[in-house]
Amino acid sequence: MTGTIGSAPPAPRHARFVRITHWLTTIAFFALLLTGVEVVLSHPRFYWGQVGNVNTQPLFALPVPSSRSTVPTGYSFRLADQNGWSRYLHFEAAWLLLFVGLAYVVAGLRSGHFRRNLVPPAADRSWTALRSAIAEHIRFAASAIGDPWSYNALQRLSYLVVVFVLFPLVVWTGLAMAPGFTAVFPAGVGLLGGRQTARTLHFFLTIALVLFTLVHVTMIIVAGFRSRVRAMITGAAESPQ
Amino acid sequence: MSNVSRRTLLAGGVVAGVAAAGVGLAAIGRRFGLVPPDAGGIYGPGETLSYAAHRLLGRNSLALEFPRSMISARPFANAITTPTDDFERHRAESFVNWRLVVDGHVSRPASLSLSELRAMQARSQITEVTCEEGWSYVAEWTGTPLAGILSTLGVRPTARYVVYYSSDPEWWESIDLDEAMHPQTLVTWGMNGADLPVPFGGPLRLRVPRQLGYKSVKFINRLVVTDSLDGFGNGMGQSAANDGYAWYAGI
Repeated sequence: MTGTIGSAPPAPRHARFVRITHWLTTIAFFALLLTGVEVVLSHPRFYWGQVGNVNTQPLFALPVPSSRSTVPTGYSFRLADQNGWSRYLHFEAAWLLLFVGLAYVVAGLRSGHFRRNLVPPAADRSWTALRSAIAEHIRFAASAIGDPWSYNALQRLSYLVVVFVLFPLVVWTGLAMAPGFTAVFPAGVGLLGGRQTARTLHFFLTIALVLFTLVHVTMIIVAGFRSRVRAMITGAAESPQ
Repeated sequence: MSNVSRRTLLAGGVVAGVAAAGVGLAAIGRRFGLVPPDAGGIYGPGETLSYAAHRLLGRNSLALEFPRSMISARPFANAITTPTDDFERHRAESFVNWRLVVDGHVSRPASLSLSELRAMQARSQITEVTCEEGWSYVAEWTGTPLAGILSTLGVRPTARYVVYYSSDPEWWESIDLDEAMHPQTLVTWGMNGADLPVPFGGPLRLRVPRQLGYKSVKFINRLVVTDSLDGFGNGMGQSAANDGYAWYAGI
C-alpha cells in the first residue's frame, strides 16, 4: 500500500470514550468487588424474602469465617471488621460506576457504537450461528478469536448482556438494600420480592460479572495480551485485514 | 495562537469552571443541608452524593411499613456491651426512675420519665431493622415520635442536628433535623405489643427506620439539640466514626 504518508492517522481500534469508560469501569468494579467481599464477610449467610438473620434458616451460607462473633461459621476465630471503609468505598465506587456507565451508554447511543460494534449483524442472529460460535469458543478455535477489528456474535451478545442486563441489575439490587432508597422508591425492593432476595441476587449477579471478567481476560490472553490491552489504552491495533 | 496554547487555555477554563461550580455547589449544599459531617477525606464525595441524593429525592418519604403477618417470629437482638452498674440498678427497679433529658437548642429543656413519655401522643409502626452487616428483621415498634417531643419543648430556629446518648458510653449518634422531625423517628418503649425488652434497647431506643441499625441507639437517656456537631466527642457526630463508619446510614 502506498500513499499512506501524510494521510490521516488510522481510526483507533476503540473510540476514546470506550477506552476511558472501560478503564474507569475496571477501577470501580474491582473496588466494588473487594469491598463487597469484605461486607459479605460480616454476614456470610444468604436468605430469600424480606428478612433473614442468625435466628432464621439461611438459603445457603458460605463456608468462610466471619468478621462478627454473632455469626455461626464453624471457625473458632473472627476476622477483623473492615465494614467502615469498605462501605464508604463501595458506595463511592458505585457512584463512579453509575456516572461512567451513563456516560458510556449516552455516548454509545449517540455515536452508533452499540448498533455498529455490539448488536450482532443480521446474518449472525440465529441459534445456528450462535451455537457454532459457542462451539468454536469451547474449542479455542482460531476463528473464535477472530478479527482484531470486530467481535463475533457471542462476544457481542456477552457485552450487551453485561452492559444492559448485569450492570443495571446489580445497581438495582444494591439500591434495593438501602433503607433510605426504598423509602423513596418502595417498588425498588417490592418488585424484587424483598430486601434479602435483593441481597442474594446482588451476590449472584456479582458472581456472573466475575465469571464474565475471567472469561474476558482469558480471551484477551489467548488473543494476544499486549496488542489487545494496547488497543484498549492507546487505540492502536494491527491494520484492518 | 497555536493549537496547543488554545487547548491549554480551554483546559484551564474548564478546570476553573469546575472549581467555581464546586465551591458554589458546596455553599448551596450546606445551605440546604446536603453536606454530611464526614464530607471531607477520600470518601467524602461518594458520601455527600449519597446523602444529598436521598435528601433531594425524598426528605419526607416514609420507610417501608409491613403487614402484621410479616412480623419476625424470632427477631435477632444482636450483641450488646455489658450493661453498666447504673443500668442494672435501673433494671432492678423496672426503670421507674429512668429519665430522658432533652436539652440544647430547645426553648424548654426537660427531663422526661417513661410515664411522661407514654402519656404523650404515641405511634405504632411495623418496620424493619436492617443491619449494615446484611441481616434484618421486622417488628412492631411503639413509641413517642421525636417530632412530638421536640415540638412540645420548642425547637429553636438554630437547630440542625439531634445528638443522642445511651447508658452505653461507647454508643452515641446524631441525625439531622429532617430525620429528627420525621414522623417515623420514634423514642420507642414498646415492641410487638409489650414493653421494649432490654436486648432490643429497652427501656428506650431511638428507632430511625430510614437508616441502618447502628443509628437506632439502645438505652437512650439524653438528647441534645444542636446547631453544630463540633464539640461533641470526635466532632464527627457519632461513636461509629471511630471505627470508620459513615454518619449517614440510609444506604
